[in-house]
Amino acid sequence: MADMASMLDVSVWRGADEGRFVSYPVPRRENQTVLDVVTYVQRRLDATLAYRFSCRVGMCGSCAMTVNGVARWTCRTHVGRVAKDGRLRIAPLRNMPVIKDLSVDMAGFFAKAARAKGAFRPTADRTADFAVIAPDSPRRRRADAAIECIGCGVCYASCDVVTWNPDYLGPAALNRAWTLVNDERDGGNRERLAAVAGDAGCHACHSHQSCMERCPKHLNPTESIAGLKRATVLAALTGKL
Amino acid sequence: MSARAETLLWLAQRISAMVLAVVVAVHIGTIIYAVQGGLSAQEIIGRVQGNTGWLAFYGVFVAAVAVHGPIGLRTILREMTPVPARLIDVAAAAFAVLLAWTGWQAAYGLYGFGGA
Ligand code: HEM
Ligand code: SF4
Ligand code: SF4
Ligand code: FES
Repeated sequence: MADMASMLDVSVWRGADEGRFVSYPVPRRENQTVLDVVTYVQRRLDATLAYRFSCRVGMCGSCAMTVNGVARWTCRTHVGRVAKDGRLRIAPLRNMPVIKDLSVDMAGFFAKAARAKGAFRPTADRTADFAVIAPDSPRRRRADAAIECIGCGVCYASCDVVTWNPDYLGPAALNRAWTLVNDERDGGNRERLAAVAGDAGCHACHSHQSCMERCPKHLNPTESIAGLKRATVLAALTGKL
Repeated sequence: MSARAETLLWLAQRISAMVLAVVVAVHIGTIIYAVQGGLSAQEIIGRVQGNTGWLAFYGVFVAAVAVHGPIGLRTILREMTPVPARLIDVAAAAFAVLLAWTGWQAAYGLYGFGGA
């Protein structure tokens, strides 16, 4: 028997949307991350475990899972912070179909970024000179505050409105749209505001702020969405929506 | 419903909420003031009857409730029930008419109480 201080009691979701938690004993290590734990299970205990990661340093956004009930980026979540009693319960992200074990299908999540017109629409071609945008201009600041999204889906998995209304674009797509609304080089705002307005868009958000609370990059999608609410109202009142 | 209509409904609910924040405060303040030393139907009627200021106040109150409540109800029904969206719109509109009708009738009834 391994002693409790040196072993973690890890239960991991196995299956797809239907499935069950399976327990694995994993040795406790110093500075161990939740991703290290999952990797240990897959390399040493059960090679059939499916999960996703790439960069291991919080850049790619592929390693998010539900850890003890909370969506987190696992590569930068230390076990010591989330498993004080030595227990870990690791499940796939909410609000996305499970492909297998800890891997979810993010196609719908990314499709919503496209539906929210999350692609840059240039107004100049490559022969044009550089756009000069003052770093301290209000629009630039608003874009900067929201730009560092890594597309991890943590906010999306944490948003109850997505659960209730599967059509809802969700915090990440709307946050992305807000960065472009504030991009002076972009020419697609009329279509973008029409795409993000209404009942499956920004007006469905109840400002719960779970997205902000959980975003590993400390972004504030709630604030971005509030900006979209104001921008769409202005567009509606001036006949541009 | 169109994105434009949804956006305007959202705006209408915020504006009516701002109105409600004021009128609810005045309403509750008046209640607290009025119950000092007991409350009687006569006292209420004495204050409200024939008073155009109170009629206007409660007229606005009813209008704000008739706008605010049904839009909120519509949101809840859409999020929480499988009822078709069209049906919810019709039900919310009917609820707005009911609130406005009964509310204004009550306000006007008190204003004209005693056969003014
Ligand atoms: C002090 C006055 C009031 C204020 C400031 C206020 C404010 C608000 C706000 C801001 C929302 C939107 C919440 C969201 O979208 O997440 C809301 C929703 C709602 N309100 Fe009010 N309200 C007030 C009074 C009332 C009254 C008197 C009623 C009842 C007739 C009411 C019924 C509702 C309903 C049913 C919702 C929908 C819930 C939702 O959308 O989340 N409210 N209110
Ligand atoms: S603030 Fe809006 S987007 Fe963020 S979790 Fe709440 S409802 Fe979802
Ligand atoms: S907003 Fe934050 S939580 Fe949401 S996808 Fe981007 S980085 Fe992840
Ligand atoms: S593995 Fe890239 S963010 Fe975690």
